[in-house]
Amino acid sequence: MNIVVCVKYVPDAQADRTFSQDNTTDRTNVDGLLSELDEYAVEEALKLAEAGEGEVTVVTVGPDGAAEAIKKALQMGADKGVHVLDDAIHGSDAPATSLVLAEAVKKAAGGSPELVLMGLASTDGTMSVVPAMLAERLGLPQITQLSSLEIADGKVTGRRDSDAASDTLEAPLPAVVSVTDQINEPRYPSFKGIMAAKKKPVETWSLADLGVDAGQVGLESAWTKVESFTARPPREQGEIVTDEGDGGTKLAEFLAKAKLI
Amino acid sequence: MFELSKEHEEFRRLVRDFAEREVAPHVAQWDREHHFPTDLVPKMGELGLFGLVVPEEYGGAGLAEGGFTYLCLAIEELGRVDQSIGITLSAGVGLGINPILTYGNAEQKQRFLPDLVAGRALAGFGLTEPDAGSDAGATRTKATLADGNWTINGAKAFITNSGTDITSVVTVTARTGTDDKGRAEISAIMVPAGTPGFTAEPAYDKLGWHISDTHGLTFSDCVVPEGNLLGERGQGFKQFLKTLDDGRIAISALAVGLSQACLEAVTEYAKTRTAFGKPIAVNQGVSFQIADLAVMVEASRQLTYKAAWLKDELEAERRSVAEVKQAAAIAKLYSTEAAVSATRIATQIFGGNGFMEEYPVARFYRDAKILEIGEGTSEVQRMVIARGLGLPA
Repeated sequence: MNIVVCVKYVPDAQADRTFSQDNTTDRTNVDGLLSELDEYAVEEALKLAEAGEGEVTVVTVGPDGAAEAIKKALQMGADKGVHVLDDAIHGSDAPATSLVLAEAVKKAAGGSPELVLMGLASTDGTMSVVPAMLAERLGLPQITQLSSLEIADGKVTGRRDSDAASDTLEAPLPAVVSVTDQINEPRYPSFKGIMAAKKKPVETWSLADLGVDAGQVGLESAWTKVESFTARPPREQGEIVTDEGDGGTKLAEFLAKAKLI
Repeated sequence: MFELSKEHEEFRRLVRDFAEREVAPHVAQWDREHHFPTDLVPKMGELGLFGLVVPEEYGGAGLAEGGFTYLCLAIEELGRVDQSIGITLSAGVGLGINPILTYGNAEQKQRFLPDLVAGRALAGFGLTEPDAGSDAGATRTKATLADGNWTINGAKAFITNSGTDITSVVTVTARTGTDDKGRAEISAIMVPAGTPGFTAEPAYDKLGWHISDTHGLTFSDCVVPEGNLLGERGQGFKQFLKTLDDGRIAISALAVGLSQACLEAVTEYAKTRTAFGKPIAVNQGVSFQIADLAVMVEASRQLTYKAAWLKDELEAERRSVAEVKQAAAIAKLYSTEAAVSATRIATQIFGGNGFMEEYPVARFYRDAKILEIGEGTSEVQRMVIARGLGLPA
C-alpha cells in the first residue's frame, strides 16, 4: 500500500514563541521541528508499510526549514519526501493549506493515494481541521482522530475515543485518516536511519508545479485575520488552605464557590 | 583540522532527544533506588548506540570511518542527563563489545556480538582486582588448563555491567603461567554468565553512579572450555592496553556531558533565583564562576573531540598510536578535573539547594569524583603525558 503522510514543521513548543510583524507565527527566530503529533501518523504509516508492501511518502507545505520535518520522517524510515515551498504560501490559513496539500498529495501519489495519514492537529495552530478539509478537496471519505487503525479488505477500520463513548468507524479506501497520540509509540530514528535518510529522494515543488494560483493562498487570501494579540497573563498564586482539622470542609467550600461541585 | 560535521550534530540531537525523553524523567528515582534500568538497554540498542564501531554483519553501523567520534557524542549526551547511563554505554562498547570484536574468533563473535549490539545483552571486562589496579602485572586470578578446560580461581573488583539481568559474558584476565623471563603470563578468558563457580557479588555501595551496575566477582573452581580463551594466550594484558586509550577518551566525553549539564543548570538558576531583590547572576562572584565554567566546557569538548578524531584517524591509518595516547591522556586529565570543578561551582551557586537531592546538581557532585579515578587516575594520566614528552621515568 502506498501511503502519503502529511506533516507540519512547527516552532518548538518548548521555546519562547513569538509573532512576526505581520502577526503570523515567527518561524525564523524559533527552532522548528516535525510536529510531535505528526510523529504518530508517520509511525502508523511505517507500521502499515512494514506489515505489507508499500511506500511511505511524506508531504509538507512550509518554509525552508520545513525540510527538517521531512528529514526527521525519512530518518524514522519513510521512503521519500515532498516539500511544497513557495513564498506566496506565507500566511496561508487552513483552507489554503488544504488546497495546496490536496494538489501535492495527488501529484505525489500519481493520481489518487491509497491512504492519507495525518496527525491529530498541529502543535502550533492546533485547529485540527486540515484533515477534514483535505478529504473534502480530494473527494475522499474521512475518519478523524483514530486511536487504533486496521486495514483489511479494501477498508480502513478504527476506533475513535471520546469522553462518553468509543466509536468504531469504517471507510472504504482510499481515505483520509487522522490519528491521535494514543495510537502508537513513535520510534526514534536510529543511527542507520540517519545515514540512510541522506540518500532518500526529496522533491521541492512550487505552486506553479502544482498548478495552484498564488492568488488563492497566502496571508491576503486568508478567510480570517489576526488583528492583534496579547500574551497570556502569568498564572496567579494559588490559595493555600491550612488544614486545622476542617481541611475537607474548606476544600469542599472552595470547590463549591468555584461551582466545580 | 578536525570539526564536528552536520551529521555529527544531527546525531547529537537524536541522542539528546532520546536521553531527555527516555532517561531524564526517571533518573532521580533510579538514582535513589540504585536501580539499573534493564529495559532501557534494548532501546539504546535500537537507536544503534552499541553498534557505532561495529561492522554490519553483527548488526552494527558498518561505518567506513569516524565511528568513534559518534560514540563519544552519544556518551556525552547520555552523560549530560545521567552519568551512570553514559558509563553503561561506554563500558558496554569499550569493555564489553570491543575486546570480543578485536580479539574474538569467528565463532566467539557470532555467538556474543549480535545480542550485545542489539542491546539484548551486556558484557563486562574484569581486569582490576582488589590488589591490582593499573598495575595489571600484579594480577592474582589464576586459570589452569587441563583436559581441554580452564579452571579459574580468584577475584575481580569494580566490574561494570557484570551483574545485570542481561549480562551474557564477562571477560577476565588471569595468570595462565609464567613466561621464560619468569614474568606472569596473563591471558583473557570469557566466562559466560551462569557458569558454576562464577559469582557476581552484591552491588557496591558507591558514592555516585548509583544507576550503574558494578560488582566484585569471585571465581571458585570456575570451569570454562579451552575455546573461551579470547585472543592469544599470554597476550591478555597487552590486548587490554590497546583499548585503554579509547576508554580514556570515552571517559573524557562523559566528563564533557557532566560539565555541560552543570553549565546549563547554573545558567538557568542564576537567572531565576533572586537574592536581595535581584537575580543572583548580577553578582560577578556568581557570573564570573559561570563564565569560567563555560570556558571549561569549551576546552574539555575541544580536547575530547580532538582526541576522538585522532583515534578515528588512527583507525584509517593516518595517525600514530603515540599521538592518540598523548591526546587521550591530556583530554581525560583535563576534562575530568574540570568536571569535578564544574560540579563544585554548580553546587556552590545553588547554595543550600545544591546540597539537596531534590536538585540534580547534588547527584552531579556525587557522580563527578569517579571520573578522576576510573580508566587511570589523574596521576596515571600525568605519568603517561610526562612519558609522552620524553621525560625520564
